[in-house]
Amino acid sequence: MSENILDIKNLSITYVTKDLGTCYAVNDVSLSLQKGHTLGLVGETGAGKTTIAKGILRLLPKPQGHVTSGTVLFNGEDLYQKSEAAMRGIRGKKISLIFQDPMTALNPIDTVGEQIAEVIRLHAKINKKEAALRAVEILEMVGIPGDRSTEYPHQFSGGMKQRVVIAMSLACSPELLIADEPTTALDVTIQAQVLDMMNDLKERLGTSMILITHDLGVVAEMCDEVAVIYAGEVVEIGTARDIFKHMSHPYTIGLFESLPDLKSESKRLKLIPGLMPDPTDLPKGCKFAPRCSHCTAECETMAIPLTEITPGHFCRCLNLQQKEERV
Amino acid sequence: MSTILEVKDLKKYFKVNAGLLHAVDGVSFKIEEGQTLGVVGESGCGKSTLGRVVLHLLDNTGGQILYHGEDVTTVSREKLSALRREMQIIFQDPFSSLNPRMTVYQTIAEPMQIIGGYTRAQIEERVSEMMDIVGLAARFVNSYPHELDGGRRQRIGIARALVLNPKFVVCDEPVSALDVSIQAQVLNLMLDIQERMGLTYIFITHDLSVVKYISNDIMVMYLGQMVEKAPADELFKHRYHPYTRALISAVPIPDIDHKRERIQLKGELTSPINPKPGCRFAARCIYAKPECFEVNPEIEEITPGHFVRCHCVRELNNL
Repeated sequence: MSENILDIKNLSITYVTKDLGTCYAVNDVSLSLQKGHTLGLVGETGAGKTTIAKGILRLLPKPQGHVTSGTVLFNGEDLYQKSEAAMRGIRGKKISLIFQDPMTALNPIDTVGEQIAEVIRLHAKINKKEAALRAVEILEMVGIPGDRSTEYPHQFSGGMKQRVVIAMSLACSPELLIADEPTTALDVTIQAQVLDMMNDLKERLGTSMILITHDLGVVAEMCDEVAVIYAGEVVEIGTARDIFKHMSHPYTIGLFESLPDLKSESKRLKLIPGLMPDPTDLPKGCKFAPRCSHCTAECETMAIPLTEITPGHFCRCLNLQQKEERV
Repeated sequence: MSTILEVKDLKKYFKVNAGLLHAVDGVSFKIEEGQTLGVVGESGCGKSTLGRVVLHLLDNTGGQILYHGEDVTTVSREKLSALRREMQIIFQDPFSSLNPRMTVYQTIAEPMQIIGGYTRAQIEERVSEMMDIVGLAARFVNSYPHELDGGRRQRIGIARALVLNPKFVVCDEPVSALDVSIQAQVLNLMLDIQERMGLTYIFITHDLSVVKYISNDIMVMYLGQMVEKAPADELFKHRYHPYTRALISAVPIPDIDHKRERIQLKGELTSPINPKPGCRFAARCIYAKPECFEVNPEIEEITPGHFVRCHCVRELNNL
């Protein structure tokens, strides 16, 4: 098979609720991830990033969440063909997920050591004592003194809790780590520590990673490839260099321009007018058309294909305008 | 230009089981009319407490807050309620700071109704004027907060804070809960309104790129104390305090060719409860000397307008 650890093909996910009708959260998304690489999923709240992550692990809320089309190949095997029991063997062992909010991802009434040991014992046949020892080792790997394994989550600060969550997700040396906004809840200096630690661990363990974030600065530091998600669609995908230096989609360009820059001197931010469309009522043509300054009549009516502009760099736009290399 | 607010040696301690929590510990600053003071720091450094104490929403433990030369902490109740009209706050979280059972109209009109003395028509006119200023379409006038997205909700918070024509507004992380494209819209709006209404802001945030963009002066806080204060451009050009340097270097830059010269900080914020003598930052500082653990350095004006609290500032920066 290919050297891709993960291949997502034409994935579509909807949420069906009585009140709101059908919400088209993910629309025909195809992504692939090479072994050892980090893929960044960038987009704003409600773009469908977390739904993609949950879709991969088949953790969509039931009964609202439905995968309406697509396949997810993990090491060449289709996860959607697996039994629920087989999935349980994969989650946490081969693919693990780091949740956004470390404050709520931990069980408040178990010690952190117990929680890590639980993951290990679920996937490896070892006794309690050995698992506890492994838990201590793993804690030390993420920079927490081993003797704190008998403490409870409330005794840790936010940054330490996120380390515990990361330790837990690495407990079984997964091949693929999905990190959903792992540092959003943290202060910058702590975020810097956690990002460095994740990079370091990734190199040592050879883990592949999907990093979900809205922070382009974090993406620049961590990712090899980047997919920009808007209204459940991939609007632009390519290597980090493609996206940061040759951004082509008007949304990607707008996203970069609306960032306050530590270096620039300007007194007003450029901005993208308007809001992301309602996922229960998506525009027919380009999803970004209502906010786009280059919108034409064609954009509003026809479905826009993802076209390859340079090898490996795809963009979903009819009016491609390569932006000059950013200085 | 005249000084609108002067804070002298402001202190706010909270009694907790373990002792005294020094949330704000001897902060002094001045703001000129029409200017913006950015306050940056990490969670737990006392920046939100500072904002609330300045507005006298929390009693101070010590020090003075002079608004147009008048001490807010000692004025009579009547005078205070008059002052409150001029001093307002915009809260961080547009999801929990609005009453879910009040419509946009009721929320924005409430401050006028509390003050009293306005006719119904005047209130209606003012509400629609405010909605126009903050860019909320008139059709939302009878909507409830849950029907609106974060950006629009934050606009309600802004409209409500500004409805009484205040002079001075504390903005406590007003854009932290918003997405970047919406954040840009709200930041531009706040700058437009400032120009139009001649407002003075204290802008509290943890986001250094936002603070640089919006502020005239920036104050960096660490564990209840000001560690550095300077005009915005000056601070980004010359970061004298080791903490400021580490803080700025920790911000991820959205440029893949950016060379990272990150200064890693050891450990995390130490406890503000019964702080030890000596520099608050010493335990995490790579340059700390024995004296740093014994004596807390005084604030010093290093170059005109640039204040730093550090024993080693001169040797570290070859000054």
